[in-house]
Amino acid sequence: MFSWFGMVSFVPYTKVHEFAVWLKEGRLMGSVCKGCGHTTFPPRADCPECLSAEFAYKEWSGRGKLYSLTTIAAAPTGFEEHAPYRIGLVELEEGGRLLAWLGESLPAAEATVGAPVQVVPRILGEREELRVLYSIERPGTTWGRSPFAAG
Amino acid sequence: MRRVGVIGAGHGRFGRRSDATVQELAFEAYRRELADAKLTRREIDASVIAAVPEYHKQRSVAGVVQEYLNLNPAPTWLTEVACASGSAAIRTAWMAIASGLHDVVAVIGCQKMTELSTAEILALMGRVGEVQWESVFGTTFPAYYALFATRHMHEHGTTHEQMLLTAVKNHHYGAKNPKAMFQKPISLEKALASEPVASPFCVYDCCANADGAVCLILAAEERARSLSEHVVWLDGLGAATASISVLRRPDLTSIPSASQAAEQAYRMAGVSAKQVQVAEVHDCFTIAELMAYEDLGFCKKGEGGRYIEEKRAYIGGETAVNVDGGLKAKGHPIGATGVSMAYEIVSQLRGEAGERQVPDASVGLTHNVGGIGQYCFVHVFRRE
Ligand SMILES: [Zn+2]
Repeated sequence: MFSWFGMVSFVPYTKVHEFAVWLKEGRLMGSVCKGCGHTTFPPRADCPECLSAEFAYKEWSGRGKLYSLTTIAAAPTGFEEHAPYRIGLVELEEGGRLLAWLGESLPAAEATVGAPVQVVPRILGEREELRVLYSIERPGTTWGRSPFAAG
Repeated sequence: MRRVGVIGAGHGRFGRRSDATVQELAFEAYRRELADAKLTRREIDASVIAAVPEYHKQRSVAGVVQEYLNLNPAPTWLTEVACASGSAAIRTAWMAIASGLHDVVAVIGCQKMTELSTAEILALMGRVGEVQWESVFGTTFPAYYALFATRHMHEHGTTHEQMLLTAVKNHHYGAKNPKAMFQKPISLEKALASEPVASPFCVYDCCANADGAVCLILAAEERARSLSEHVVWLDGLGAATASISVLRRPDLTSIPSASQAAEQAYRMAGVSAKQVQVAEVHDCFTIAELMAYEDLGFCKKGEGGRYIEEKRAYIGGETAVNVDGGLKAKGHPIGATGVSMAYEIVSQLRGEAGERQVPDASVGLTHNVGGIGQYCFVHVFRRE
Protein backbone atom coordinates (compact mmCIF):
# COMPACT_ATOMS: atom_id res chain seq x y z
CA MET A 1 0.00 0.00 0.00
CA PHE A 2 2.88 2.35 0.59
CA SER A 3 3.52 2.17 -3.14
CA TRP A 4 0.50 4.50 -3.39
CA PHE A 5 2.43 7.28 -1.68
CA GLY A 6 4.12 10.08 -3.61
CA MET A 7 4.30 11.24 -7.22
CA VAL A 8 6.42 8.14 -7.89
CA SER A 9 7.28 5.25 -5.57
CA PHE A 10 10.68 3.92 -4.62
CA VAL A 11 9.66 2.12 -1.41
CA PRO A 12 6.60 -0.15 -1.69
CA TYR A 13 7.22 -1.80 1.68
CA THR A 14 7.59 -0.30 5.15
CA LYS A 15 6.38 -0.99 8.66
CA VAL A 16 4.38 2.25 8.46
CA HIS A 17 2.58 1.32 5.21
CA GLU A 18 -0.83 2.18 6.73
CA PHE A 19 0.21 5.82 6.52
CA ALA A 20 -0.83 5.72 2.86
CA VAL A 21 -4.23 4.20 3.71
CA TRP A 22 -4.90 6.94 6.27
CA LEU A 23 -3.81 9.55 3.76
CA LYS A 24 -6.30 8.15 1.23
CA GLU A 25 -8.97 8.79 3.88
CA GLY A 26 -7.79 12.37 4.13
CA ARG A 27 -5.93 11.96 7.39
CA LEU A 28 -2.31 12.92 8.00
CA MET A 29 -0.83 10.55 10.56
CA GLY A 30 2.33 10.69 12.61
CA SER A 31 3.35 8.11 15.18
CA VAL A 32 3.48 7.93 18.94
CA CYS A 33 5.73 5.44 20.73
CA LYS A 34 3.87 3.13 23.11
CA GLY A 35 6.99 2.78 25.21
CA CYS A 36 7.89 6.40 25.97
CA GLY A 37 5.32 8.59 24.23
CA HIS A 38 7.84 10.05 21.76
CA THR A 39 6.04 11.42 18.70
CA THR A 40 7.40 11.63 15.17
CA PHE A 41 6.39 12.92 11.79
CA PRO A 42 6.81 11.27 9.35
CA PRO A 43 5.77 8.21 11.35
CA ARG A 44 8.30 5.54 12.22
CA ALA A 45 7.79 2.05 13.56
CA ASP A 46 10.87 1.95 15.74
CA CYS A 47 11.39 4.52 18.47
CA PRO A 48 14.74 6.31 18.14
CA GLU A 49 14.59 7.29 21.84
CA CYS A 50 13.65 4.13 23.80
CA LEU A 51 14.04 1.63 20.92
CA SER A 52 10.53 0.26 21.40
CA ALA A 53 8.98 -1.27 18.28
CA GLU A 54 5.42 -0.67 19.53
CA PHE A 55 3.72 2.39 18.12
CA ALA A 56 0.31 3.88 17.34
CA TYR A 57 -0.79 6.38 14.71
CA LYS A 58 -1.74 9.87 15.80
CA GLU A 59 -3.38 12.49 13.62
CA TRP A 60 -1.60 15.72 12.70
CA SER A 61 -3.58 18.85 11.82
CA GLY A 62 -1.43 19.68 8.80
CA ARG A 63 -1.04 23.26 9.99
CA GLY A 64 2.44 24.63 9.90
CA LYS A 65 4.87 27.22 8.62
CA LEU A 66 6.88 27.21 5.44
CA TYR A 67 10.49 26.63 6.50
CA SER A 68 12.17 26.77 3.10
CA LEU A 69 11.35 26.35 -0.57
CA THR A 70 12.76 26.07 -4.08
CA THR A 71 11.46 25.87 -7.63
CA ILE A 72 12.98 22.95 -9.51
CA ALA A 73 13.66 23.60 -13.19
CA ALA A 74 16.03 20.70 -13.88
CA ALA A 75 13.90 17.67 -13.07
CA PRO A 76 14.87 14.03 -12.53
CA THR A 77 13.37 10.99 -14.27
CA GLY A 78 9.59 10.88 -14.00
CA PHE A 79 9.22 14.58 -13.28
CA GLU A 80 10.32 16.12 -16.58
CA GLU A 81 6.78 16.98 -17.70
CA HIS A 82 6.05 18.77 -14.42
CA ALA A 83 9.03 21.15 -14.41
CA PRO A 84 9.20 23.78 -13.18
CA TYR A 85 7.59 22.72 -9.90
CA ARG A 86 7.78 24.20 -6.43
CA ILE A 87 8.93 22.23 -3.39
CA GLY A 88 8.48 23.38 0.17
CA LEU A 89 9.59 22.24 3.58
CA VAL A 90 6.97 22.71 6.30
CA GLU A 91 7.52 22.89 10.03
CA LEU A 92 4.41 21.21 11.42
CA GLU A 93 2.47 22.60 14.37
CA GLU A 94 2.48 19.22 16.18
CA GLY A 95 6.19 18.70 15.50
CA GLY A 96 8.26 17.26 12.71
CA ARG A 97 8.62 18.42 9.15
CA LEU A 98 7.32 17.44 5.78
CA LEU A 99 8.45 18.02 2.23
CA ALA A 100 5.92 18.39 -0.59
CA TRP A 101 4.87 20.41 -3.60
CA LEU A 102 3.35 23.81 -3.17
CA GLY A 103 -0.25 23.66 -4.40
CA GLU A 104 -2.08 26.11 -6.63
CA SER A 105 -3.89 27.83 -3.76
CA LEU A 106 -0.54 29.30 -2.72
CA PRO A 107 0.56 32.01 -5.17
CA ALA A 108 4.24 32.93 -5.39
CA ALA A 109 3.71 36.13 -3.41
CA GLU A 110 2.35 34.15 -0.45
CA ALA A 111 4.90 31.35 -0.67
CA THR A 112 7.60 32.89 1.50
CA VAL A 113 9.73 31.58 4.34
CA GLY A 114 7.72 31.73 7.57
CA ALA A 115 4.31 31.87 5.88
CA PRO A 116 1.52 29.89 7.59
CA VAL A 117 0.36 26.98 5.43
CA GLN A 118 -1.99 24.02 5.47
CA VAL A 119 -0.85 20.55 4.38
CA VAL A 120 -3.70 18.86 2.53
CA PRO A 121 -4.00 15.13 1.72
CA ARG A 122 -4.57 14.47 -1.96
CA ILE A 123 -5.49 11.69 -4.31
CA LEU A 124 -4.23 11.80 -7.86
CA GLY A 125 -7.05 10.05 -9.66
CA GLU A 126 -6.09 10.62 -13.24
CA ARG A 127 -3.24 8.20 -13.26
CA GLU A 128 -3.67 4.53 -14.04
CA GLU A 129 -2.73 3.55 -10.52
CA LEU A 130 -3.84 5.08 -7.25
CA ARG A 131 -1.48 7.79 -5.98
CA VAL A 132 -1.94 9.45 -2.61
CA LEU A 133 0.10 12.41 -1.43
CA TYR A 134 -0.17 15.77 0.23
CA SER A 135 0.42 19.30 -0.93
CA ILE A 136 1.19 22.60 0.76
CA GLU A 137 -1.71 25.03 0.49
CA ARG A 138 -3.04 28.32 1.79
CA PRO A 139 -4.39 28.08 5.38
CA GLY A 140 -8.01 26.95 5.44
CA THR A 141 -7.75 24.81 2.31
CA THR A 142 -9.63 21.56 2.74
CA TRP A 143 -9.15 18.13 1.28
CA GLY A 144 -9.88 17.79 -2.40
CA ARG A 145 -9.03 15.44 -5.19
CA SER A 146 -6.49 16.06 -7.94
CA PRO A 147 -4.90 19.28 -6.79
CA PHE A 148 -2.45 19.67 -9.61
CA ALA A 149 -5.07 20.15 -12.34
CA ALA A 150 -3.51 17.26 -14.13
CA GLY A 151 -2.80 17.83 -17.77
CA MET B 1 50.11 5.99 17.66
CA ARG B 2 52.54 6.73 14.88
CA ARG B 3 52.59 10.03 13.02
CA VAL B 4 51.46 9.73 9.37
CA GLY B 5 52.65 11.80 6.43
CA VAL B 6 52.04 12.12 2.71
CA ILE B 7 55.14 11.22 0.69
CA GLY B 8 53.75 11.11 -2.83
CA ALA B 9 50.89 12.55 -4.81
CA GLY B 10 49.64 12.20 -8.38
CA HIS B 11 46.68 13.87 -10.10
CA GLY B 12 45.13 12.92 -13.45
CA ARG B 13 43.19 15.30 -15.69
CA PHE B 14 39.54 15.80 -14.68
CA GLY B 15 36.76 16.09 -17.23
CA ARG B 16 34.74 14.04 -19.65
CA ARG B 17 37.15 11.17 -20.20
CA SER B 18 35.46 8.99 -22.78
CA ASP B 19 38.96 7.85 -23.74
CA ALA B 20 39.66 5.73 -20.66
CA THR B 21 38.29 3.13 -18.23
CA VAL B 22 38.24 3.83 -14.52
CA GLN B 23 41.32 1.66 -13.93
CA GLU B 24 43.15 3.45 -16.75
CA LEU B 25 42.31 6.77 -15.11
CA ALA B 26 43.61 5.42 -11.81
CA PHE B 27 46.82 4.36 -13.54
CA GLU B 28 47.54 7.92 -14.77
CA ALA B 29 47.48 9.29 -11.26
CA TYR B 30 49.21 6.28 -9.74
CA ARG B 31 52.19 6.42 -12.12
CA ARG B 32 52.75 10.09 -11.22
CA GLU B 33 52.41 9.36 -7.54
CA LEU B 34 54.94 6.52 -7.57
CA ALA B 35 57.41 8.68 -9.47
CA ASP B 36 56.77 11.51 -7.05
CA ALA B 37 57.37 9.30 -4.02
CA LYS B 38 60.38 7.62 -5.67
CA LEU B 39 58.87 4.31 -4.64
CA THR B 40 58.59 0.96 -6.32
CA ARG B 41 55.22 -0.74 -6.20
CA ARG B 42 56.52 -3.58 -4.02
CA GLU B 43 56.98 -1.08 -1.19
CA ILE B 44 53.25 -0.41 -1.05
CA ASP B 45 51.73 -2.51 1.72
CA ALA B 46 48.06 -1.89 0.93
CA SER B 47 45.76 0.39 -1.01
CA VAL B 48 42.46 2.01 -0.18
CA ILE B 49 40.21 2.78 -3.13
CA ALA B 50 37.65 5.58 -2.99
CA ALA B 51 34.83 5.35 -5.50
CA VAL B 52 31.05 5.43 -5.58
CA PRO B 53 30.00 2.13 -7.16
CA GLU B 54 26.61 3.04 -8.62
CA TYR B 55 28.21 5.11 -11.39
CA HIS B 56 30.34 2.26 -12.69
CA LYS B 57 29.31 -0.56 -14.98
CA GLN B 58 32.25 -2.50 -13.52
CA ARG B 59 31.26 -3.93 -10.16
CA SER B 60 33.63 -4.11 -7.19
CA VAL B 61 36.05 -1.60 -8.65
CA ALA B 62 38.74 -1.88 -5.94
CA GLY B 63 39.91 -5.28 -7.11
CA VAL B 64 39.95 -4.21 -10.74
CA VAL B 65 42.08 -1.15 -9.98
CA GLN B 66 44.41 -3.15 -7.74
CA GLU B 67 45.03 -5.63 -10.55
CA TYR B 68 45.51 -2.99 -13.27
CA LEU B 69 48.07 -1.15 -11.14
CA ASN B 70 49.86 -4.47 -10.66
CA LEU B 71 49.51 -4.20 -6.89
CA ASN B 72 48.38 -7.80 -6.29
CA PRO B 73 48.77 -9.50 -3.84
CA ALA B 74 48.79 -6.45 -1.52
CA PRO B 75 45.39 -6.02 0.17
CA THR B 76 42.87 -3.45 -0.99
CA TRP B 77 39.41 -2.31 0.03
CA LEU B 78 36.83 0.28 -0.95
CA THR B 79 35.55 3.21 1.06
CA GLU B 80 32.21 4.72 0.10
CA VAL B 81 30.52 7.69 1.73
CA ALA B 82 29.14 9.46 -1.36
CA CYS B 83 31.09 12.62 -2.29
CA ALA B 84 33.30 12.25 0.81
CA SER B 85 34.63 8.80 -0.17
CA GLY B 86 38.10 10.19 -0.93
CA SER B 87 38.58 11.64 2.53
CA ALA B 88 37.20 8.48 4.10
CA ALA B 89 39.90 6.56 2.23
CA ILE B 90 42.57 8.91 3.59
CA ARG B 91 41.21 8.49 7.11
CA THR B 92 41.23 4.71 6.68
CA ALA B 93 44.82 4.77 5.41
CA TRP B 94 45.80 6.95 8.38
CA MET B 95 44.24 4.43 10.76
CA ALA B 96 45.98 1.49 9.08
CA ILE B 97 49.36 3.21 9.40
CA ALA B 98 48.96 4.83 12.83
CA SER B 99 47.89 1.49 14.27
CA GLY B 100 51.08 -0.17 13.04
CA LEU B 101 49.29 -2.59 10.71
CA HIS B 102 50.84 -1.15 7.54
CA ASP B 103 53.80 1.18 6.89
CA VAL B 104 53.05 2.49 3.38
CA VAL B 105 49.51 2.80 2.01
CA ALA B 106 48.32 4.11 -1.35
CA VAL B 107 45.02 6.00 -1.47
CA ILE B 108 43.41 5.96 -4.89
CA GLY B 109 40.31 8.04 -5.57
CA CYS B 110 38.86 7.22 -8.96
CA GLN B 111 35.53 7.78 -10.60
CA LYS B 112 33.93 7.60 -13.99
CA MET B 113 30.60 9.38 -13.99
CA THR B 114 30.10 9.90 -17.69
CA GLU B 115 29.80 6.26 -18.72
CA LEU B 116 26.16 6.35 -17.67
CA SER B 117 23.57 7.71 -20.12
CA THR B 118 21.81 10.99 -19.39
CA ALA B 119 18.66 8.97 -18.58
CA GLU B 120 20.56 6.86 -16.05
CA ILE B 121 22.10 10.00 -14.51
CA LEU B 122 18.68 11.65 -14.22
CA ALA B 123 17.28 8.53 -12.55
CA LEU B 124 20.16 8.51 -10.05
CA MET B 125 19.69 12.23 -9.51
CA GLY B 126 16.10 11.54 -8.44
CA ARG B 127 17.27 9.24 -5.65
CA VAL B 128 19.98 11.31 -3.98
CA GLY B 129 17.78 12.20 -1.04
CA GLU B 130 15.78 10.14 1.40
CA VAL B 131 13.66 8.02 -0.95
CA GLN B 132 10.71 7.17 1.30
CA TRP B 133 9.42 10.66 2.13
CA GLU B 134 11.38 13.10 -0.06
CA SER B 135 12.49 11.71 -3.44
CA VAL B 136 8.87 10.77 -4.19
CA PHE B 137 8.25 14.50 -4.72
CA GLY B 138 11.00 14.86 -7.31
CA THR B 139 13.77 16.32 -5.15
CA THR B 140 17.23 16.71 -6.68
CA PHE B 141 20.69 17.32 -5.29
CA PRO B 142 20.69 21.02 -6.30
CA ALA B 143 17.21 21.37 -4.80
CA TYR B 144 18.41 20.24 -1.39
CA TYR B 145 21.20 22.78 -1.33
CA ALA B 146 18.72 25.34 -2.68
CA LEU B 147 16.63 24.76 0.46
CA PHE B 148 19.75 25.65 2.47
CA ALA B 149 20.35 28.70 0.26
CA THR B 150 16.79 29.98 0.65
CA ARG B 151 17.08 29.64 4.40
CA HIS B 152 20.53 31.28 4.52
CA MET B 153 19.17 34.22 2.52
CA HIS B 154 16.22 34.49 4.90
CA GLU B 155 18.20 34.31 8.14
CA HIS B 156 21.36 36.16 7.17
CA GLY B 157 20.44 38.34 4.21
CA THR B 158 22.85 36.46 1.98
CA THR B 159 22.35 37.24 -1.71
CA HIS B 160 22.53 35.09 -4.81
CA GLU B 161 25.25 37.40 -6.14
CA GLN B 162 27.37 36.67 -3.08
CA MET B 163 26.94 32.93 -3.65
CA LEU B 164 27.98 33.26 -7.29
CA LEU B 165 31.08 35.22 -6.31
CA THR B 166 32.48 31.91 -5.01
CA ALA B 167 32.02 30.46 -8.51
CA VAL B 168 33.71 33.52 -10.04
CA LYS B 169 36.66 33.01 -7.66
CA ASN B 170 36.90 29.29 -8.30
CA HIS B 171 36.81 29.68 -12.07
CA HIS B 172 39.44 32.43 -11.75
CA TYR B 173 41.80 29.93 -10.12
CA GLY B 174 40.58 26.97 -12.19
CA ALA B 175 41.80 28.84 -15.27
CA LYS B 176 45.31 28.41 -13.88
CA ASN B 177 44.96 24.68 -13.13
CA PRO B 178 45.86 22.41 -16.07
CA LYS B 179 44.09 19.47 -14.37
CA ALA B 180 40.74 21.28 -14.18
CA MET B 181 37.72 20.43 -16.32
CA PHE B 182 36.93 24.13 -16.94
CA GLN B 183 39.90 26.43 -17.44
CA LYS B 184 38.21 29.70 -18.29
CA PRO B 185 37.38 32.61 -15.99
CA ILE B 186 33.71 33.66 -15.79
CA SER B 187 32.04 36.96 -14.98
CA LEU B 188 29.32 37.49 -12.39
CA GLU B 189 27.01 38.74 -15.16
CA LYS B 190 27.49 35.57 -17.17
CA ALA B 191 26.92 33.42 -14.08
CA LEU B 192 23.72 35.27 -13.17
CA ALA B 193 22.37 34.87 -16.69
CA SER B 194 22.83 31.07 -16.80
CA GLU B 195 19.88 28.65 -16.99
CA PRO B 196 17.80 28.10 -13.82
CA VAL B 197 18.30 24.77 -12.01
CA ALA B 198 16.58 25.04 -8.61
CA SER B 199 15.90 28.55 -7.35
CA PRO B 200 17.93 30.49 -6.41
CA PHE B 201 20.49 28.33 -8.24
CA CYS B 202 21.32 28.50 -11.89
CA VAL B 203 23.86 26.43 -13.81
CA TYR B 204 26.87 28.36 -12.48
CA ASP B 205 25.89 27.61 -8.88
CA CYS B 206 26.42 23.90 -9.52
CA CYS B 207 29.51 21.77 -10.00
CA ALA B 208 29.68 19.27 -12.87
CA ASN B 209 29.93 15.49 -12.93
CA ALA B 210 33.37 14.44 -14.14
CA ASP B 211 35.74 11.55 -14.60
CA GLY B 212 39.12 11.50 -12.95
CA ALA B 213 41.56 9.93 -10.52
CA VAL B 214 44.01 11.09 -7.86
CA CYS B 215 46.49 9.12 -5.75
CA LEU B 216 48.38 9.77 -2.54
CA ILE B 217 50.93 7.69 -0.71
CA LEU B 218 50.91 7.86 3.05
CA ALA B 219 53.61 6.42 5.27
CA ALA B 220 54.54 6.01 8.90
CA GLU B 221 56.86 8.73 10.22
CA GLU B 222 60.11 6.80 10.14
CA ARG B 223 59.55 5.45 6.62
CA ALA B 224 58.25 8.81 5.48
CA ARG B 225 61.38 10.64 6.66
CA SER B 226 63.66 8.09 5.04
CA LEU B 227 61.79 8.26 1.72
CA SER B 228 61.00 11.95 1.39
CA GLU B 229 62.53 15.32 2.12
CA HIS B 230 59.24 17.18 2.01
CA VAL B 231 56.77 15.14 3.99
CA VAL B 232 53.38 16.78 4.50
CA TRP B 233 51.98 15.57 7.81
CA LEU B 234 48.36 14.62 8.31
CA ASP B 235 48.11 15.83 11.88
CA GLY B 236 44.42 16.51 12.41
CA LEU B 237 41.47 14.32 11.49
CA GLY B 238 37.82 15.01 12.20
CA ALA B 239 34.72 13.20 11.02
CA ALA B 240 31.04 13.41 11.85
CA THR B 241 27.62 12.61 10.46
CA ALA B 242 24.19 14.21 10.33
CA SER B 243 20.77 13.08 9.15
CA ILE B 244 20.41 12.40 5.43
CA SER B 245 16.88 13.78 5.64
CA VAL B 246 16.24 17.53 5.58
CA LEU B 247 13.20 16.76 7.70
CA ARG B 248 15.47 16.13 10.66
CA ARG B 249 17.99 18.97 10.32
CA PRO B 250 17.18 21.56 12.98
CA ASP B 251 19.13 24.22 11.09
CA LEU B 252 19.44 24.66 7.32
CA THR B 253 22.06 27.39 7.36
CA SER B 254 25.01 25.16 8.21
CA ILE B 255 26.29 21.60 7.92
CA PRO B 256 26.52 20.39 11.54
CA SER B 257 28.81 17.47 10.70
CA ALA B 258 31.26 19.97 9.17
CA SER B 259 31.58 22.16 12.24
CA GLN B 260 31.94 19.08 14.45
CA ALA B 261 34.56 17.49 12.19
CA ALA B 262 36.45 20.81 12.04
CA GLU B 263 36.50 21.16 15.80
CA GLN B 264 37.93 17.63 16.17
CA ALA B 265 40.58 18.19 13.49
CA TYR B 266 41.67 21.57 14.92
CA ARG B 267 41.94 20.10 18.41
CA MET B 268 43.89 17.06 17.26
CA ALA B 269 46.34 19.15 15.22
CA GLY B 270 46.54 21.89 17.85
CA VAL B 271 45.74 24.66 15.39
CA SER B 272 42.99 27.27 15.21
CA ALA B 273 40.88 28.28 12.23
CA LYS B 274 42.85 31.52 11.92
CA GLN B 275 46.08 29.59 11.39
CA VAL B 276 44.77 27.83 8.28
CA GLN B 277 46.41 29.55 5.32
CA VAL B 278 44.96 27.45 2.53
CA ALA B 279 41.79 25.39 2.46
CA GLU B 280 40.02 23.11 0.05
CA VAL B 281 36.30 23.17 0.78
CA HIS B 282 33.41 21.21 -0.68
CA ASP B 283 31.79 23.71 -3.07
CA CYS B 284 29.38 21.29 -4.76
CA PHE B 285 27.00 24.28 -4.85
CA THR B 286 27.88 27.90 -4.24
CA ILE B 287 26.00 28.11 -0.93
CA ALA B 288 28.07 25.15 0.30
CA GLU B 289 31.27 27.20 0.06
CA LEU B 290 29.73 30.09 2.01
CA MET B 291 28.53 27.68 4.69
CA ALA B 292 32.00 26.12 4.78
CA TYR B 293 33.62 29.49 5.62
CA GLU B 294 31.25 29.68 8.58
CA ASP B 295 31.33 26.03 9.67
CA LEU B 296 35.15 25.99 9.58
CA GLY B 297 35.35 29.18 11.64
CA PHE B 298 36.96 31.36 8.94
CA CYS B 299 34.22 33.87 9.70
CA LYS B 300 31.22 34.15 12.00
CA LYS B 301 27.96 32.40 11.23
CA GLY B 302 26.00 34.40 8.68
CA GLU B 303 29.03 36.32 7.40
CA GLY B 304 29.97 33.95 4.58
CA GLY B 305 28.53 36.31 1.97
CA ARG B 306 30.65 39.19 3.19
CA TYR B 307 33.73 36.98 3.43
CA ILE B 308 33.68 36.35 -0.32
CA GLU B 309 32.54 39.87 -1.18
CA GLU B 310 35.58 41.25 0.63
CA LYS B 311 37.81 38.76 -1.20
CA ARG B 312 39.03 37.26 2.04
CA ALA B 313 38.97 33.77 0.41
CA TYR B 314 41.41 34.87 -2.30
CA ILE B 315 45.20 34.52 -2.17
CA GLY B 316 46.32 37.63 -0.33
CA GLY B 317 43.13 37.70 1.74
CA GLU B 318 42.73 35.67 4.94
CA THR B 319 42.39 31.95 4.19
CA ALA B 320 42.87 31.15 0.49
CA VAL B 321 40.02 28.80 -0.45
CA ASN B 322 39.81 26.45 -3.43
CA VAL B 323 42.70 28.00 -5.30
CA ASP B 324 42.82 24.92 -7.55
CA GLY B 325 39.34 25.82 -8.85
CA GLY B 326 37.35 23.80 -6.35
CA LEU B 327 34.73 21.29 -7.39
CA LYS B 328 33.21 24.08 -9.43
CA ALA B 329 36.01 24.48 -11.97
CA LYS B 330 37.88 21.20 -11.54
CA GLY B 331 34.76 19.05 -11.91
CA HIS B 332 33.54 16.60 -9.29
CA PRO B 333 34.42 12.94 -9.89
CA ILE B 334 32.84 12.04 -6.58
CA GLY B 335 35.18 9.24 -5.48
CA ALA B 336 38.29 11.23 -6.44
CA THR B 337 37.32 14.65 -5.07
CA GLY B 338 38.49 14.20 -1.47
CA VAL B 339 41.86 12.90 -2.64
CA SER B 340 42.13 15.81 -5.10
CA MET B 341 41.60 18.23 -2.22
CA ALA B 342 44.44 16.60 -0.29
CA TYR B 343 46.62 16.66 -3.42
CA GLU B 344 46.22 20.43 -3.69
CA ILE B 345 47.06 21.00 -0.04
CA VAL B 346 50.14 18.79 -0.36
CA SER B 347 51.27 20.81 -3.42
CA GLN B 348 50.65 24.07 -1.58
CA LEU B 349 52.57 23.01 1.54
CA ARG B 350 55.46 21.80 -0.59
CA GLY B 351 55.48 25.17 -2.37
CA GLU B 352 54.83 23.52 -5.74
CA ALA B 353 51.54 25.19 -6.68
CA GLY B 354 53.07 27.53 -9.25
CA GLU B 355 51.12 30.69 -10.00
CA ARG B 356 48.41 29.59 -7.58
CA GLN B 357 50.89 29.27 -4.69
CA VAL B 358 49.79 30.66 -1.34
CA PRO B 359 52.95 32.34 0.02
CA ASP B 360 54.68 30.41 2.83
CA ALA B 361 51.80 28.00 3.29
CA SER B 362 52.50 25.69 6.20
CA VAL B 363 49.02 24.81 7.50
CA GLY B 364 46.30 23.59 5.14
CA LEU B 365 42.89 22.01 5.50
CA THR B 366 40.46 19.88 3.51
CA HIS B 367 36.69 19.89 4.08
CA ASN B 368 34.92 17.08 2.23
CA VAL B 369 31.15 16.70 2.54
CA GLY B 370 29.13 13.66 1.52
CA GLY B 371 25.62 14.30 0.25
CA ILE B 372 24.06 17.23 2.07
CA GLY B 373 26.23 16.64 5.12
CA GLN B 374 25.25 13.15 6.17
CA TYR B 375 29.03 12.68 6.16
CA CYS B 376 31.82 15.18 6.66
CA PHE B 377 35.59 14.75 6.98
CA VAL B 378 37.99 17.56 7.84
CA HIS B 379 41.75 17.03 7.66
CA VAL B 380 44.51 19.39 8.79
CA PHE B 381 47.88 19.07 7.04
CA ARG B 382 51.16 20.65 8.12
CA ARG B 383 54.74 20.87 7.03
CA GLU B 384 57.71 21.33 9.28
ZN1 LIG C 1 9.98 5.38 22.69
